[in-house]
Amino acid sequence: MSGIRLPIELAAASSVAIAAILVLPHVLELFALINATVYVSLAVLALSLALVWGFGGILCFGQAAFFGLGGYSYAVAAINFGDTTYAVPVAIAVPALVAAALGYVMFYGRISDVYMGAITLTLTLILFNFVNSTAGDQWRVGAAPLGGFNGIPSTPPLNLPGDPGNPLPPEWIFAIAVVSLLICYILAKLILRARFGRVIVAIRENERRAELLGYDVRAYKLGIFVIGGAMAGLSGLLFANCVFVSPTMFSLFYSGQIIIWVMVGGLGTLVGPVIGAILLNLLTTWAGTLPEINPSLILGAILVLAVLVMPRGMLPSLATVLGRFRGAGGVT
Amino acid sequence: MDIVFAVGFQVMSGVATLLITSLGLAIIFGMMRVINLAHGEFLMLGAYAAILSARAGLNIWIAMLVVAPLVVGGIGLVIERLIIRRLYGRMVDTMLATWGLSLALIGAVTMIFGNTVAGFSAPLGSFAIGSFTASAYALFLIAAAIVLFGGIWALLRFTPAGLIARGTMQNAEMASALGVSPERVYAVTFAAGSAVSGLAGALIAPFSGVVPTMGAAFIAKSFITVITGGAAMLAGTFSASGLLGTVATLGTFATTPVFGEVMMLVVAIVLLRLLPQGITGRFFRRSL
Repeated sequence: MSGIRLPIELAAASSVAIAAILVLPHVLELFALINATVYVSLAVLALSLALVWGFGGILCFGQAAFFGLGGYSYAVAAINFGDTTYAVPVAIAVPALVAAALGYVMFYGRISDVYMGAITLTLTLILFNFVNSTAGDQWRVGAAPLGGFNGIPSTPPLNLPGDPGNPLPPEWIFAIAVVSLLICYILAKLILRARFGRVIVAIRENERRAELLGYDVRAYKLGIFVIGGAMAGLSGLLFANCVFVSPTMFSLFYSGQIIIWVMVGGLGTLVGPVIGAILLNLLTTWAGTLPEINPSLILGAILVLAVLVMPRGMLPSLATVLGRFRGAGGVT
Repeated sequence: MDIVFAVGFQVMSGVATLLITSLGLAIIFGMMRVINLAHGEFLMLGAYAAILSARAGLNIWIAMLVVAPLVVGGIGLVIERLIIRRLYGRMVDTMLATWGLSLALIGAVTMIFGNTVAGFSAPLGSFAIGSFTASAYALFLIAAAIVLFGGIWALLRFTPAGLIARGTMQNAEMASALGVSPERVYAVTFAAGSAVSGLAGALIAPFSGVVPTMGAAFIAKSFITVITGGAAMLAGTFSASGLLGTVATLGTFATTPVFGEVMMLVVAIVLLRLLPQGITGRFFRRSL
């Protein structure tokens, strides 16, 4: 990697983000803008799994658990505080702590691939079942009722720090979501450039060799897992701001969809999953308007085809094709 | 005293349900190291096969016990040819592909049959345990689990086909050197596992209701049961479904069905932490 590439990539990403913030709110109608915010928040989620799975090599079937936890912690904290200023760090800290506890159990227990999949999936299911059963008045955290199957429809939108009287308009929420995505992307880039990130990739490539070279594999994996959990929490917070929190955030459907976005976008890249998330969401929304075709059929078929035809995903496959013409390397 | 029997009966039927719904997945995982995440949808297809053929006028028992496994076994054979065969040895990729398949099947069945719950009532009445009544169908389910489990065990243990299957499972290369075609063994295994899943789907249909998304309720439980069981597929699935089914049913009695399930999942996580290779990674290692 040459030294010049990183600044160029970061500058390109920043310009796309600024352009989106400046242009989209004027072009899109309110409903479309809120939808766009949802897509951006889900792109953050895709980015979190891209980091954990694509670079950490940890196949997490439960990224939706951290997503849902982030959303719920935000909603509960915001309702209790009456102000969203401190709800934001709560929404990031809670999933990060849960990820730390779960990661400790898995990595220090030296649990292998499939078993890790089973455990992360199980945690998601536990949360899904639990939250679904919290209907009724006895289930409340402070002033916030958990609402069971219905979720918390009164999830308050973000306000300016320390000014709870003024909830932000959708245009602001959109801008915040885009900036969050940009920050997460830059953060991920920097992590991967740093020593920590290089060791993470080394572990993905050959765990035993990394261990024999003296790296504490367990601690590194735990580190990237917690970062991924925190990022997924942030994504849940953003999502809660444009929709509202409900148990579906923990559902198998979401856990699986995240994997599809990353897989289709390109495993081992950061931009790929972001693009994958946005494109596939546009596709499912569009497919939802066709009465005769079920969106699940399309998503499922895409995943099967992606695994069979381009197991490395859209972006790397595209880069290979382009590379044949230019004779240049891949994209990250 | 009656309540002990009633609870004991419930526990047994809970364990039997878990065992029946996990066996198909266990066969495919144990023999081929393939995790079939479309397992839940195979159950669903079995249930639909049974209900549709019963509506077409077929005897309900034939529809459940013959048509459902045949139809889903056939579907399994096709899927093995088109998808699974290309991904042998790539465990994670197979998981992803079958997961995509699961979504696609849900979508396709929803498009064809709609999103409504179809169902048929349990074909047997009820009987009394002291002052409690229990469903006779649950009794049938327990018997079916024993017969199915015993049948598969005997098949693997005593028949030449079982010997070939066990040999391929232990060392595919060696079996291949001795003139067995592992590809054919895998194809037959996948079809057999699918057929068992189809049968299971038909058997549970009377009390679970038949909807396109019914598989989701079972896939995670079966997946966890099989993984908790570990490498020895029959002993593992038997011991894991015995343990987890008991925990879930007793938990349901003590609290609510939801917490019964949560307790079962927590036990599974703790168990995997203590025995990272599953139950049969430590106990009953040499069994099937």
